[in-house]
Amino acid sequence: MSESHGQSQEHEQGEQHIVSPFLYLGILLALLVFTGLTVWASYIDLGEWHIAPGLTLFWNPVVALAIACTKMTLVVLFFMHVKYSPRLTKLTVASGLFTFLVLIGMTLADYFTRAWGSW
Amino acid sequence: MSDSTATANSAVAEARHEHPSYQRHHFESVAQQFDATNFAMWLFLLTEIMFFGGLFASYLIMRNWYYPAFVEGSHQLKIGWGTANTAVLIVSSFTMAMSVWSAQMRRKGALLLFLGLTFLLGVTFLGIKYIEWHEKWVKHHVPGFHWSEQSFLDPQSDPEVYTEYHDKPLAPDMAQKTQEYFFLYFAMTGMHALHMVIGVGLLVYLFIRARTGAYTNGHFTFVENFGLYWHFVDIIWIFLFPLLYLISRY
Amino acid sequence: MSAATIVTLPDQSTARIPKMNFLTKENGLLSWLLTGDHKRIATLYLISITFFFFIGGSLAALIRLELLTPQTSLMAADTYNKVFSMHGLIMVFFFLVPSVPATIGNFVIPMMVGAKDLALPKINLLSWYLYIIAGGMMIYTMASGGVDTGWTFTTPLSTHYLNTNVVSAALAVFVAGFSSIFTGLNFIVTIHKMRCPGMTWFRLPLFVWSTYAASLLMVLGTPVLAITLTLVGLERIFHIGVFDPAFGGDPLLFQHLFWFYSHPAVYIMILPGMAVISEVVSTFSRKRVFGYTAVAFSSVAIAVFAFFVWAHHMFIMGISNYSALIFSLLTMLVAVPSAIKIFNWTFTMYKGSITFETPMLYAIGFMGLFTIGGLTGVFLGSTGTDIHLTETYFIVAHFHFVMVGGMLMAFLSGIHFWWPKWTGRMYPEKISQLAALTTFIGFNFTFFPQFILGMLGMPRRYAAYPPEFQALNVFSTAGASILGVGYLLPILYLTWSLKYGAVAGDNPWQATGLEWQTQSPPLTENFVEIPIMDHEAYDYDWLEKQNPARQQEKEVA
Repeated sequence: MSESHGQSQEHEQGEQHIVSPFLYLGILLALLVFTGLTVWASYIDLGEWHIAPGLTLFWNPVVALAIACTKMTLVVLFFMHVKYSPRLTKLTVASGLFTFLVLIGMTLADYFTRAWGSW
Repeated sequence: MSDSTATANSAVAEARHEHPSYQRHHFESVAQQFDATNFAMWLFLLTEIMFFGGLFASYLIMRNWYYPAFVEGSHQLKIGWGTANTAVLIVSSFTMAMSVWSAQMRRKGALLLFLGLTFLLGVTFLGIKYIEWHEKWVKHHVPGFHWSEQSFLDPQSDPEVYTEYHDKPLAPDMAQKTQEYFFLYFAMTGMHALHMVIGVGLLVYLFIRARTGAYTNGHFTFVENFGLYWHFVDIIWIFLFPLLYLISRY
Repeated sequence: MSAATIVTLPDQSTARIPKMNFLTKENGLLSWLLTGDHKRIATLYLISITFFFFIGGSLAALIRLELLTPQTSLMAADTYNKVFSMHGLIMVFFFLVPSVPATIGNFVIPMMVGAKDLALPKINLLSWYLYIIAGGMMIYTMASGGVDTGWTFTTPLSTHYLNTNVVSAALAVFVAGFSSIFTGLNFIVTIHKMRCPGMTWFRLPLFVWSTYAASLLMVLGTPVLAITLTLVGLERIFHIGVFDPAFGGDPLLFQHLFWFYSHPAVYIMILPGMAVISEVVSTFSRKRVFGYTAVAFSSVAIAVFAFFVWAHHMFIMGISNYSALIFSLLTMLVAVPSAIKIFNWTFTMYKGSITFETPMLYAIGFMGLFTIGGLTGVFLGSTGTDIHLTETYFIVAHFHFVMVGGMLMAFLSGIHFWWPKWTGRMYPEKISQLAALTTFIGFNFTFFPQFILGMLGMPRRYAAYPPEFQALNVFSTAGASILGVGYLLPILYLTWSLKYGAVAGDNPWQATGLEWQTQSPPLTENFVEIPIMDHEAYDYDWLEKQNPARQQEKEVA
């Protein structure tokens, strides 16, 4: 199993792939636009979704977090070069996010399924 | 998975004991050194994700429990400053990415320019943060230090915020919970600011070293890895901004 | 024990320790305190953790002495609380967590992957300094009266109601946590990026796989402990926080965050022990590990599943029934990979040529005691039985079986196994076998009665107990005194062996693995030339072929 992938030859000199400043500029503009968008959306009542009696999902936080996730994705892929990085880097980022989600998700699962404590 | 064997293979095939002065002796090639340190930086960022994760988990739970208190607490934050800070950090991420580009392209002047701009933007962020914190201090909204719940028991006593939001007065027990909001506010923005201070300090170091040409000779690993750290701190703020400032309006 | 042995020593009349090795390369205190050599750092760690082990052990002795009588006799109940809390904190954070990774792992992993050092030598040294600083803070905590929260810092007891030095203890653990993170980070980078040509993932010794899995847990789990302790400190200092109901906080939030780390922590503690066992069982059965792939993947599976089960420490604390159900189910699943390993090690031994040198004695002891400990963990993972058994001595027995009967035995196994490589000298076999046996007997006498005590209902963390429990407690303390002898003996004979032990030569165990192809003690740079790995792991046939070739070389030379 010592065959060389073409991919690893590319990364021979470290960061061979140099991202163009114009792409950076584009990402910057996109990020600023999303920021404006999320502020604007916070001033509008986006309503809610009544999933079940006693279980309501409000759209404002969902939209705000979705925009934040999009911005994060842009920063990670382009500013942090993950798009041009080896598979291992992508796997590392994914595993970090996964563990973070496990922490948040499984902890919240306890809080959402018990009645005591909440006001 | 065999990328390391590939780099080591080609390294063995290269002339063996001739390596740049900045290559450490336990590495077989510059490529391996770059790969390893870059990967190490990413692993460190993983620890940072989990570190902030505990704070985010606490925030989400407390917000769920004390929603009215968190809403009124959040109304005390000025969206203008928050948006400005977000823009500042995003632009600083851009200038940091350009710093890495300058180092890659071996352009010392550009590198110094962009490092300098990143530094200035970082300091601006901290300055705005200071203004916001000072405002909280003046209004007695710092838990543990002359804390006052008056703005929440009687919102009309705080005309600046009342004219915008027309909050209802909170019951005393819920008003007490605004302390939780502010505790988390200071814990989260404080932890973030601490990371910013460290980043700004390292930028000074980078700037000084860059002047001597340390990063424009092909060895820009430190700039690249620092850039990862800086972008990460930006991402934390990208999430703090909506969670603290924006999602308590509806 | 039979007289059969696989030990192959060079001719003692002519054999010498190689003049140039990592111990003799440079002299002077600074060359040690500023070293980047992973082997020297491992040695520094070995000395440090042995020191903390004996502090923790002394505290254990105090606990057992106090529990000889049903009333508080030696110390007040408050003091007893401090004694068991400090015992837990020191044993967990200053002994078990760094034990195999920071000593044996640091020493052996670069050689196992065929590298000259770890990827980040300076970070490695930093890791040791953080450990020492943390240790200093913990000693300060003890000197200023100790903490009595239990090692688990339960809130709001720790944040509100106690006037002991909680902040100092929390800070010490915080710093120790970063020591652990940097060690794990270093290992992950090294294993990914510094394998020698030909060293594919599936040719690595299983030691590397298990330590890799533990390193993943260190990097992903420990930061959560760090932030949790920070929040505890903030709450204690500023009297406002998210863990105290008086302010509207939730004590369970603390427990969720604390156990999110502390459950993976137990796997951080045990996986490196399992790493050692894989190596030792193979070597002393002269057989490749049965089901290499299964053992490798089970290590990673343990690491992944470790993150999904933490609330089984909280079944009685008030989590919802649905939550308890999910966590209980996942706990059942996490036991499976560990069982796979025990199964595979057993089948490695089956039809192997087994000899009973000291490392193997400890390894066999591990397999039996860890199995008991692990199975009792399954009893505890079931919510129904947990309600009766939790917070009793059953829990105490369970975790001591896995940590002491398991991990500590594995650590001793590894120390004895790699001792010849580390020091160039053999330890004295007969007395070490006696020590292993003494440890095994002492351990069982100490901790097995505690299972019974727990089932009968004796609560843990109590200085005074109902008189009907005394007999078993006395029995347990008697066992502890035997156990103490078993732990003291290695210190004595291992130190003795540094000067008087037989010269070991390169490969006294005739083990596979790249570290055994180097001199003992190794050179600072490990290998004169980076090796090329051209055979599978645990390839005893390859070793056979090597030896005649070596013999010929020696004869010619």
